[in-house]
Amino acid sequence: MKEKRDLKIQAIENGTVIDHIKAGQALNVLRILRISSTFRTTVSFVMNALGARGKKDVVKIEGKELSIEELNRIALISPNATINIIRDFEVVQKNNVVLPSYVEGVMRCINANCISNSSEPIKSKFSVLQSEEEGVILRCLYCEHLISENIAENLL
Amino acid sequence: MKDFSRKEIDYILDIAEKLEPVARGDERSRLLDGKIIALLFFEPSTRTRLSFEVAAQRLGGQVLNLGSVEASSVMKGENLADTIRVISNYADLIVMRHPLDGSARMATEFASVPVINGGDGSLHHPTQTFLDLYTIRRESHLEGLKIAMAGDLKYGRTVHSLCHALSLYGAEMTFVSPPELRMPQEIVKDLQKNNISIRETDSLEEIIGDVEVLYMTRVQRERFPDPEEYEKVKNRLKVTGDLLINADPNLKILHPLPRVNEISPEVDSTPYACYFQQAFYGVPTRMALLSLAMGVIE
Repeated sequence: MKEKRDLKIQAIENGTVIDHIKAGQALNVLRILRISSTFRTTVSFVMNALGARGKKDVVKIEGKELSIEELNRIALISPNATINIIRDFEVVQKNNVVLPSYVEGVMRCINANCISNSSEPIKSKFSVLQSEEEGVILRCLYCEHLISENIAENLL
Repeated sequence: MKDFSRKEIDYILDIAEKLEPVARGDERSRLLDGKIIALLFFEPSTRTRLSFEVAAQRLGGQVLNLGSVEASSVMKGENLADTIRVISNYADLIVMRHPLDGSARMATEFASVPVINGGDGSLHHPTQTFLDLYTIRRESHLEGLKIAMAGDLKYGRTVHSLCHALSLYGAEMTFVSPPELRMPQEIVKDLQKNNISIRETDSLEEIIGDVEVLYMTRVQRERFPDPEEYEKVKNRLKVTGDLLINADPNLKILHPLPRVNEISPEVDSTPYACYFQQAFYGVPTRMALLSLAMGVIE
């Protein structure tokens, strides 16, 4: 029985494991990391896995160590996720994601009249704020609109 | 407007005051001699465009006008970024109005010359706020002002920027509007956080005796799906001679113009009427902003 459970997601030799992702957000984590069908190495993920602190998602990316800057974007949708860098089946580095103070080209502004939603040659730009009441808030650096809800839905 | 501190606003208004005799044509100035100011107005505008044009010319500068959008490269599908890059090579400063929010900020990324925002989208019109502040300072006072703003407070970008700027001077604010056009609650909350006293009502009669400045705005017909409702609101928020019987003798009435019928013509000849003077004050204010942006005044 235990062997079968272990098969759900195998240990990886080298790469990045993103653990403690908010349940149901694994696909959005792949989006935020720009992992799509053109990605070359093996990517596996589990949704709604039972962990010590309830349900969580896990993403494993083999043969690739993603940059801290890329990984920290995950904090926008799952602030408690952890990053494990694996080499020779060993965890050589373990960090919590840190909310970046600025993100560029990651999501679209929800204001339809914002210049960043036009055909101009620019990327969307947001400063990232954290409030105790509302959690993560993004402020568009072009039109100043605040976004505190549906962040995952507006990922590019 | 939020980029400016009270000290910086005061400094800009001081320069506007020094340049006022030039704006009136009583004195000559060559501050912008040899400079070319490009006016890129992608949306119709009368007062803003003309007052920038006058401001530049009174200071000895030359004006380059984009002309109508229909006759420009924009109609051929050129993006704003390219237009800005090209005009940067022709002019020493760009004044721009554009229908998209944040367009002025984007323009600064592509321009190699200073850009002044002459209104972008529905959010910002900072030079209007500067001229409103200048008018209040010249005709009344900024510190601890008792002001009422009336009309369309929900969509009116001029009142949003103005109440933020006035909060730096500790104003007492009254918002007069029909319930469907109330000041957005996030702005009210922001002001209250800064200890600004706020009162909200839908009646001008109730407040006319208590305020030193009444800032009127136009209620637009298209905001009301029901034409009858529009007629009712329009008539309730109207400044007439009768309303002003109970006004503070020092009351000043401002309006960003154009007005439609929210101020009766009979008010124009009273000492309360300040809106045409306000339109003139756009010239010295914009002269100050042009001079500072060009670096000809430190």
